[in-house]
Amino acid sequence: MKRLARLLALAAGALLAFPATAQTPRNGGELIFPVPSEPPSYDGHREETFGLIHPFAPFYNTLLRVDPNDPGGTKPVASLAASWTVSPDGLTYTFKLRQGVKFHDGSEMTSRDVKASYDKIIFPPPGVGSSRKGSYADVAAVEAPDAYTVRFRLKEPSASFLLSLASPWNFIYKADILSKDMNWYEKNVMGTGPFTFVEHVKGSHVVGRKNPNYWDKGKPYLDGFRAIFMRDSAAQVAAIRGERAHIQFRGFSPAERDSIVATLGNKVTVQESPWDCILMVGINHNKKPFDDKRVRRALTLAIDRYEGSKALSKIAIVKEVAGVQVPGTPFATPREELAKVAGYWPDIEKSRAEARRLLKEAGVPEGFTFTFSNRGIPMPYEPLGVWLIDQWRRIGLNVNQQVIEAASYFGVIRKGDAQVHMDFQCGYIVEPDLDLYKFLSTDRNPANYGFYKDSVLDELYDKQSRATNPDERKRFIREFEKRLLDDEAHYLMTLQWHRIIPHSAKVKGWTITPSHYLNNTLDTVWLDQPGH
Amino acid sequence: MIRYIIKRLLAIIPTLFGVAVLIFLLLRVVPGDVVEARYMSGEGQFQSQELMQIERKKLGLDQPLWKQFATWMAGLVRFDFGLSMWTGNPITEEIKLRFALSLQLALMATLVATLLAIPLGILAAVKQDTWIDYAVRVFSIAGLAMPSFWLGILLILALLVFFHWLPPMVFTPIWVNPWENLAQLIWPALAVGYRYSAVSTRMMRSAMLEVLREDYIRTARAKGLWLKLILSRHALKNAMLPVLTIISLEFAFLLGGLVVTEQVFNLNGLGMLFVESIARRDYTLTQALVMLVATFYLVVNFAVDIAYAWLDPRIRYR
Repeated sequence: MKRLARLLALAAGALLAFPATAQTPRNGGELIFPVPSEPPSYDGHREETFGLIHPFAPFYNTLLRVDPNDPGGTKPVASLAASWTVSPDGLTYTFKLRQGVKFHDGSEMTSRDVKASYDKIIFPPPGVGSSRKGSYADVAAVEAPDAYTVRFRLKEPSASFLLSLASPWNFIYKADILSKDMNWYEKNVMGTGPFTFVEHVKGSHVVGRKNPNYWDKGKPYLDGFRAIFMRDSAAQVAAIRGERAHIQFRGFSPAERDSIVATLGNKVTVQESPWDCILMVGINHNKKPFDDKRVRRALTLAIDRYEGSKALSKIAIVKEVAGVQVPGTPFATPREELAKVAGYWPDIEKSRAEARRLLKEAGVPEGFTFTFSNRGIPMPYEPLGVWLIDQWRRIGLNVNQQVIEAASYFGVIRKGDAQVHMDFQCGYIVEPDLDLYKFLSTDRNPANYGFYKDSVLDELYDKQSRATNPDERKRFIREFEKRLLDDEAHYLMTLQWHRIIPHSAKVKGWTITPSHYLNNTLDTVWLDQPGH
Repeated sequence: MIRYIIKRLLAIIPTLFGVAVLIFLLLRVVPGDVVEARYMSGEGQFQSQELMQIERKKLGLDQPLWKQFATWMAGLVRFDFGLSMWTGNPITEEIKLRFALSLQLALMATLVATLLAIPLGILAAVKQDTWIDYAVRVFSIAGLAMPSFWLGILLILALLVFFHWLPPMVFTPIWVNPWENLAQLIWPALAVGYRYSAVSTRMMRSAMLEVLREDYIRTARAKGLWLKLILSRHALKNAMLPVLTIISLEFAFLLGGLVVTEQVFNLNGLGMLFVESIARRDYTLTQALVMLVATFYLVVNFAVDIAYAWLDPRIRYR
């Protein structure tokens, strides 16, 4: 154990002592990384899985991107757009595009391509699926007044709009291709990105080669990359341990990290971050006695999140005690303030005494039994499920766990038969508009599996979404959080996921963020000792 | 003999039809469909019903069940398996990609198993109740007790810890680079072949013991024939019948059943494709794979029956 701790310290120390920016990048080498999931198609506008982003993002650019050096993952920076301005009323965003950007077929990228791509995302023609159309509901029109200018006109001011344009899914496609066949990008790859597409052998791998005409001169540093589809985490660990692969961009469990570090010692660098994913407990408001907010509050008051964090972070990919935002990000509630919310009180005995009192007051008898539906995925659903059941037993509740197969899970939950269930949220950028949408009333969000309507909560969401002043927005978010988790206890949070990336120390120029969807363009990544 | 072959071949058709009906219905009984698996299994819980309906219509899932079945059967009789509901690619392409690997692995594992099982089984029978027999029995029971994927994990760990080496992670066909190909497949073939040999060794031993007690073997011995000759000419052929059945059925199983071993060694084979297609509710691909494996089992069984007839003339004359 001591040896492990020493190795971890060494690895972390190496990371701090040699930040990527302090070294001169070297050219060459092929980055090899396992990808635990394979996408059904290549169309970023349509797909949902990180299995698309990891191997295919390097072939594309987006209008803006999230700063690849920002560990918070919340700062939009220029990508195909060189600069932008926002009108004083917050309703018009104008972007000046870079000139001389070429698609991989040699044609020039212009505002026509950006407009066609965003029209496909926001206003898809009938029969064309767009997965994130709803995130741009405020957009009235996308215009291309000249070859290098793109303008977005909004119906209402939106605090999240700029960051939403940095979405890693919004690949810029070629307008001429889209005009002929809107579905062409489902089976073909052709972008402006730092790497050109070489091959995809289904079920096996994707290969990309350096784009010699990339607009960002000097980049990319790598000669190419090879993404290998590998579902089994033991095989992924073996690949990193055996130095057959450099990095896996999604994340490993603490035990997997320890085994890699124990084998590779100072040949590995470990980067860790809170992860923009969380398991929540959904409480069906249509089922008695959970229609009573006292019962729902009792459920959250029973949970000792601080002790849970200490124990579970050793065995599962969870760690931080969090409210509705990822800890450490701009709109997250500080710990001392969060400690005032029900379920986050530092004194667990007081909290559980209150839970028992509330149950008694609501007429719920000692030993009351209910069913908790959990999803059939071992990590982290299984340990968190076991933990929750134990926590609720401590206030005199008996819980039966019903494990439902992963693929059909949400289909079953959506029917509304479950009493209490595990729910899930994973964001591609830490942004309150994206993260809080889940909790809106069931008539606004069909994925609200608590099946409640709360107009006050909806109003708070809209207010924070329109608030362009960050302090004002923060205030609305706090109110939203208090109502959601404490006053009404519509949902209750477990623990924030914790992202752990142990990678070959040869990999430089890559910074972990709270999202496994971000920072996968690979233009900044380079290999120390590329020939080895 | 020809009549026998034709009769056996004709029996395959209703069996395949039964399998087709069964798998079609069973898949529809399982909750969820490919659209839910694609858009609601993870990050995308927020998809509108409108998008889900568009996707279902595209895939023909909005059609009544009998129509879906009829469309599938119409394609099947023309050997057209259709498109994968998950990727939209032709199913023959999806299977072709994985078939070479699975077939090679099945052949290699069968070779390993046969090379181990037949000599060891004979040896154990001939040297019954000696230390050799006990050693063979321990070896085969250990093989039965140890799951092949676990042996695979041990092999990977041993390669990693003792040699700091791992098999290649991407499949290279044997005609492209034989060394790279064998470096990847020899380890799963050993892991699977060992377990597979354990069953066959025990079968070989008991079948051989039975044959060795037959009158005609005693007669051959009494005539003063060499033991080697008795074994190869008189005993082996008869003792091989049950072993052949085991080896053939295992071979058919290996084509689509090596799910965990394929996972452990990261092999892009039919077993993984099978499991993924079920998890993704890719009806068309799952149906095609079930039909493929069923056909394979039937063909292997048919070949075994023919081999039986060749090995044992009594079956032919019946």
